[in-house]
Amino acid sequence: MKLEQLERETAWVRHLSPEGELTEQGRKFWDSLSVERKKDFYRWMSYIRMFDRRSVILQRQGRIGTYAPLEGQEAAQVGSALALGKEDWIFPSYREHGVAMIAGMPLPQIFLYWMGRVEGCKPPEGVRLLPPSVPIATQIPHAVGAAWASKLKKERSVAVAYFGDGATSEGDFHEACNFAGVFKVPAILFCQNNGYAISVPFSRQSASETVAQKAAAYNFPGIRVDGNDVLAVYDVMTQAVERARAGQGPTLIEAVTYRKGNHTTADDATRYRPEQEVTEWVERRDPLERYVKLMKAEGLLTDEEMAEWEEECKERVDRGIREAEASVPAPPPHLFAHVYAEPGANELRQIKELEEMGGSGK
Amino acid sequence: MKKLTMVQAISDALRTALATDPTVVVLGEDVGKNGGVFRATEGLWQEFGDERVIDTPLAEAGIIGTSIGMAVNGLKPVPEIQFMGFIYPAFEQIVTHAARLRTRTQGAFPATLTIRAPYGGGIRAPELHCDSTESLFVHIPGLKVVTPSTPYDAKGLLLAAIKDPDPVIFLEPMKLYRSVKQEVPDGWYEVPIGKARKVRDGEDVTLIAWGTMVPVAEAAANEWAAKGVSCDVLDLRSLYPLDEEAIIESVKKTGRVVIVHEAPKTAGLAGELTALINEHAFLYLEAPITRVTGYDAPVPMYALEDWFRPDAKRVSKAIQQVVSF
Ligand SMILES: Cc1ncc(C[n+]2csc(CCOP(=O)(O)OP(=O)(O)O)c2C)c(N)n1
Repeated sequence: MKLEQLERETAWVRHLSPEGELTEQGRKFWDSLSVERKKDFYRWMSYIRMFDRRSVILQRQGRIGTYAPLEGQEAAQVGSALALGKEDWIFPSYREHGVAMIAGMPLPQIFLYWMGRVEGCKPPEGVRLLPPSVPIATQIPHAVGAAWASKLKKERSVAVAYFGDGATSEGDFHEACNFAGVFKVPAILFCQNNGYAISVPFSRQSASETVAQKAAAYNFPGIRVDGNDVLAVYDVMTQAVERARAGQGPTLIEAVTYRKGNHTTADDATRYRPEQEVTEWVERRDPLERYVKLMKAEGLLTDEEMAEWEEECKERVDRGIREAEASVPAPPPHLFAHVYAEPGANELRQIKELEEMGGSGK
Repeated sequence: MKKLTMVQAISDALRTALATDPTVVVLGEDVGKNGGVFRATEGLWQEFGDERVIDTPLAEAGIIGTSIGMAVNGLKPVPEIQFMGFIYPAFEQIVTHAARLRTRTQGAFPATLTIRAPYGGGIRAPELHCDSTESLFVHIPGLKVVTPSTPYDAKGLLLAAIKDPDPVIFLEPMKLYRSVKQEVPDGWYEVPIGKARKVRDGEDVTLIAWGTMVPVAEAAANEWAAKGVSCDVLDLRSLYPLDEEAIIESVKKTGRVVIVHEAPKTAGLAGELTALINEHAFLYLEAPITRVTGYDAPVPMYALEDWFRPDAKRVSKAIQQVVSF
């Protein structure tokens, strides 16, 4: 996304500047938060960053497959996910490992997914998190449907779809928005606009200036927020959740952010992103660094605490990998596991054939 | 002649088409500046500019739908779908419009376009990137479906597809994109649609395969050659229309058939081929036609993919079965 385009855009919510300073509005919001919550933001963002950096290395070592890094988008994920409750539904795309961790997906599961094992898709009991959606935008109508069901069942849960700016070009996005608006469902459509869909910049993705403005066509609020400002994201998400729970319908949130690295480990972002733009986002707009500055200035974080926390995160990530790598691989007949509620004669015959070919896994 | 990989040969075909025919346009997600996620359009945007090689929004129905409109209005679009697993949003446009426009307009406005899509597994890609659902398209009247297994064929078939007056689905086996290099002629040449390639001559068993399964069939044929059983190996190249003549001729010679495909078995193309052989060469058969295919399960994530895709061992076993029947 062009820098000028972003700077020109004033109609967005920002509480915390890249320099780590609170705006007037931001100060008020800050004062309304508990110390624990303030610490949560830091803890989750740094934990997720560590997980992410390790995953890129694990991919290079051949220990996991192609991986989609999220570094740079921690504030958007942490701010939005922490505003949700256990009863809420999450329909992510493939870049929301941070959201998944906060939702309660155990780390070994997340690693298993990237190790090409379908077992990694299954959340623990009580976690309303769907597997990463690989085809773009296809999960957005699901979130609207789940929200619609909550409304019909008179439950208080909301449903959130996570997606990128590229997804807003797909028909599924528009159909989902339309249903959400028509049926006024408690859905939140959360777009992390990181400026690119692989190599295609937002300016080529959409003729509209912002994603948020698209909501107008469907007659519900579209809110643009500094996606690298965890406080602002948390604030707008909390409000959207409250509105949804109160029966006031859907919200489209556009969190303006940037992925610092490649689209996936199979991509080379230097081919399509100007160096100066990358430097600006990587060096000046980092979501974690600006928050750390604030925490330190407010006396809520010391270097020792940071070092301790990092040590703990490192251990957690190490343990997660260890457990994932130690988990016994599913035997080949697992190909057929859960394809149908009960395998039929055809599946049973093929399982037998597979075993005869040595695929019993024994 | 240059030695090229398949993906380079495809790129060369696109360059040749763009340079030769001013009505050709290449469009799709990331095909421009980035040169395509597999680099199949590498350098074309720089060479031919943004109006011939076009980065589009991320919208398959839009890409194919607008390509149909372009075709109606005199261009020859070559849209790229990034992976076959993501062609489904465009399915409606392909099936209800691209395939039928010639019939519905009684020849006035045919949809002359060539849809390129990488497909198949074996490259440890993420979920859903490895579908091999060619039979969905073969089933639709009005479409042609082709898939090469060598660099030479890739260029020649793609140029034939671009020139072809009908909508062609051009499937590119990802596994073979960079597996071998082969001499590929400069300039325009065509490998005709509807003609199979004889990979190797044999007397005892007919092996029928396409795309990524061709080298697998060849490996099994090699194994059996050492044991004195010779296989006639056919690379179909064109899944619709089929080279019925080449298939029947081979079956009449050998009397034994093994069909190999990566797609699931049920309602896969092997079923159709079996019926075709029954109709035209039943009395020549010495053994039941045997299918070696992917399983009737969703294409798995990569940890189990080697068990899903047929390998030479499974093909060998099938050969054993038909020769000892
Ligand atoms: C339907 C579909 N088409 C194409 C792809 C290939 N693809 C994977 S990610 C991607 C770009 C997505 O960009 P965006 O929606 O902005 O999300 P981001 O990756 O930036 O988070 C594309 C084109 C896909 N996964 N699904």
